[in-house]
Amino acid sequence: MTILQVENLTMRFGGLTAVNNVSFTAQQGNITAIIGPNGAGKTTLFNCITGFYKPTSGGITIMHGKPLRLDKLPGHAIARKGRVARTFQNIRLFGGMTALENLLVAQHNKLQAATGFGVLGILGIGKYRAEERAAIERAKYWLAQTGLLERADDPAGALPYGAQRRLEIARAMCTEPVLLCLDEPAAGLNPRESAALNELLLNIRADGTSLLLIEHDMGVVMKISDHIVVLDHGKKIADGTPAEIRSDPHVIAAYLGEGDEGLEETETTL
Amino acid sequence: MAYALQQLVNGLTLGMIYGLIAVGYTMVYGIIGMINFAHGDVFMIGAFIGIIVLTALTGVTSVPLGLLAALIISAALCGVYGFSIERVAYRPLRGSFRLAPLISAIGMSILLENYVQTSQGALERAIPNLIPGGITLMQQDGFVVQLSWMQLAIVIVTLVVLGIFTYIVTRTPLGRAMRAVEQDAKMAALLGIDTSRTISITFIIGSALAAIAGVMFLLYYGVIDFYIGFNAGIKAFTAAVLGGIGSLPGAVLGGLLIGLIEAFWSGYATVAYKDAAVYSILAIVLMFMPSGLLGRHEVEKV
Amino acid sequence: MTRAVDMLKDAAAVAFFALLIFAPFLGLQLSDNDAGGLSLSARPALLAAAVGLTFLARIAMLLWHQYRPAAPNVHIAAAAQKSGKYIAPALLVFALVMPFLPGLPNAYIDLGVLIMTYVMLGWGLNIVVGLAGLLDLGYVAFYAVGAYSFALLATNFGLGFWECLPLAGILAACWGTFLGFPVLRLRGDYLAIVTLAFGEIIRLIITNWVSLTGGPNGITDIPRPTLFGLKFSMAGGPGTFAGFFGLDPHPSQRITFLYYIILALALLTNWVTMRLRRQPLGRAWEALREDETACRSLGINVRNTKLTAFAIGAMFGGFAGCFFAARDGFISPDSFTFMESATVLAIVVLGGAGSQLGVVLAACVMIGVPAMLQSLQIYRMLIFGAALVVIMVVKPRGFISTRRPTVALRKAKEIGAELIAQGRG
Repeated sequence: MTILQVENLTMRFGGLTAVNNVSFTAQQGNITAIIGPNGAGKTTLFNCITGFYKPTSGGITIMHGKPLRLDKLPGHAIARKGRVARTFQNIRLFGGMTALENLLVAQHNKLQAATGFGVLGILGIGKYRAEERAAIERAKYWLAQTGLLERADDPAGALPYGAQRRLEIARAMCTEPVLLCLDEPAAGLNPRESAALNELLLNIRADGTSLLLIEHDMGVVMKISDHIVVLDHGKKIADGTPAEIRSDPHVIAAYLGEGDEGLEETETTL
Repeated sequence: MAYALQQLVNGLTLGMIYGLIAVGYTMVYGIIGMINFAHGDVFMIGAFIGIIVLTALTGVTSVPLGLLAALIISAALCGVYGFSIERVAYRPLRGSFRLAPLISAIGMSILLENYVQTSQGALERAIPNLIPGGITLMQQDGFVVQLSWMQLAIVIVTLVVLGIFTYIVTRTPLGRAMRAVEQDAKMAALLGIDTSRTISITFIIGSALAAIAGVMFLLYYGVIDFYIGFNAGIKAFTAAVLGGIGSLPGAVLGGLLIGLIEAFWSGYATVAYKDAAVYSILAIVLMFMPSGLLGRHEVEKV
Repeated sequence: MTRAVDMLKDAAAVAFFALLIFAPFLGLQLSDNDAGGLSLSARPALLAAAVGLTFLARIAMLLWHQYRPAAPNVHIAAAAQKSGKYIAPALLVFALVMPFLPGLPNAYIDLGVLIMTYVMLGWGLNIVVGLAGLLDLGYVAFYAVGAYSFALLATNFGLGFWECLPLAGILAACWGTFLGFPVLRLRGDYLAIVTLAFGEIIRLIITNWVSLTGGPNGITDIPRPTLFGLKFSMAGGPGTFAGFFGLDPHPSQRITFLYYIILALALLTNWVTMRLRRQPLGRAWEALREDETACRSLGINVRNTKLTAFAIGAMFGGFAGCFFAARDGFISPDSFTFMESATVLAIVVLGGAGSQLGVVLAACVMIGVPAMLQSLQIYRMLIFGAALVVIMVVKPRGFISTRRPTVALRKAKEIGAELIAQGRG
């Protein structure tokens, strides 16, 4: 079943066409990866899907229950109504707040609704207490999943890099998304941390959430993706399973150019 | 028609003065990202130094020579003021988040205003019109549109100064260094540019421009007191924001616009609310153009 | 030896700069002469003294840098941390009993009222600047709306203080929402200038709309607060506080009453803020301050969250304004200048943005100290300005530069200032 449908998406910045008529679908319960050489338009595409840019033309639809056009929603509604969460290339945690607090902020809308416009919450009546307890339990679950339970009370800004990346994922998951979008989640991770990341992402998929990720690390991409979309110069040049992508000559050419030195090396990597 | 033309003349003259101050504001903001609240008070100090020099030279009969002396001495001393202010109140806070430098700047502004007030008294000081007379541009229904020599002198001096300044910024190594530090201070430092020195020089030049504006203001209105800096400062900052903070032509444009708004509002509505009109226009412009008229639209990298 | 020579050279350079800076203003004096023009007189002694003092001060500073004890800060910080738990309750107790301390002159209670007013303003602005990270340079506007609302309602419709108090807050909050709506999406410094501009617009309106506000003369005969209908009049007799309780009328009764009103209002502000901090709303404010983009990606409606901070902050400003009008029975535009906004902002920053206790300490220092230096009246603002610069340079993060998390699995640990953002708008 399709969870995300991108149709004829084009993004132009003045004279520069960053994304050119890209279409693809992502299946529910799959891990879909978007890859391509630098400057291919991956992050732009990503930002269009997650609501940070308004596409010049084309449509992005999330199919969970009633189909919903993501490109028509205001920024904050993407997470709320569209149930699409994301992480960032340059980690954007709330550095002055603890890991636990970060995860509670992610559950803001649910908690806010329970406070009855804030007034009941201030007075201490209503279902807020119970809701907060539930939120903390959910936070604890994701802290445990990402191996951060011990560091729940540490300020997010003081965590080591790998832990910060995982915390960002945990925070995104606390919004209970149907689609989790990850922008280069493996960037800067060593092989051991990459393997742990793979396991985490596979667990998330097993829980029922679909994933969409941009990634350069072919080890991660090839190991866990069910479906790969390849971009080059803003256009989609390939779309298929890892096995199909591995042997696609267009993809190989895009990464290397026309020459065949290092062709062997790329084939081994892919 | 004639009346409108007079407001236009008045507005442009005033606008040039605001533009000069605004350029200094925007330069400093561009290079270290902070609002130099004390800038308006450097303008005020420039005006006072101007009046002191002119008073000292009372015997001198050559008006241009007197004015030139006032301009040069004021600009030079205010350069020293600007340099010292940066060293004392802002440099130690560089790299700190933005609230501390802001309060420090506000404190410096209060300090400068009261420094002048306690040392020179709170009374306003006046000088006679040094360049009387002017030319008549047109007459209509008995209303005479006057372009005074004073106004002409102000416009000419301001244009010359802005011209020199533009040359420095666009054609000299110093100007290149300033623009480099403004774009990316860390990178500029890595490339061998002495960022501290560049910042100091920016402050000195900005203060000199404010001083010249101060002397012009003194000549135009003939009356100054220790509080003119606050008002002019806010207006100049408004001008810089209106034009798009960080943009030098924007600052001049903003200054001219504010001068015109003030003149036309005073001329056609009430003088009392002219400042309110300026501030309201600022709010309206920013609502529709959040980066100002000529400002660079900052696209946040996600 | 060379070090001493270097120091002397450094101080001499500084003294030379001082000479250039002080020469026009200290060395010379403008005065009106008999001919109706201006003349200059020289004050070489003053100039020499100023330059000399600068020279010596610079030497002292260099010596202190050289020989100061290494890292005393660690011990002080730890001690401060431990005692921090006791400072707040101690201050609260002191505040509660202060008016009844034996032998305390009225002037001190009056000072207490003044400080408490600024504490409340500081706590109100703290919500906007400290928690949500929005740079508001025009907070005085809400103070003015509160004060003038009460004054106008009272003098035109005969309403009393207690009726007008909630109205003043609501009106200020409305004004805050109205103002905030178009401008809250602006970047930090643009927001700063626009809020400053709005503050000035309010002041210009109340100064110039004479038929409504009385213009520069202000509004007089504003009713004073009553205690369940009992007036605090010096005349005594039925219907007054003194008469009801069978006491001799004394001015301290009214001042004490006023003191407890503002104390209660301030404590209300504090309580609401502390509660909100633990609620999703307060957490969202702090998250906004840290990273607005991340908030948006988590589904938080950034605009509404900012508006709420602005409006609630405005409401407390309105309450304070209403009280201010009632305190003197008279208001005029002079009390609502940019200086007020700047002072309150300085209190918030000096306190350590976001810290409630810090605001109290900062208000005591910034309002209390100048008030006690009345003898130096003409130099008061000069010292004030200099103090702002010095304090910021020495303690850029304010008195209390740590943040306490609002929720913890095990134990809440204070988070140091280096990690806390100050907002980008």
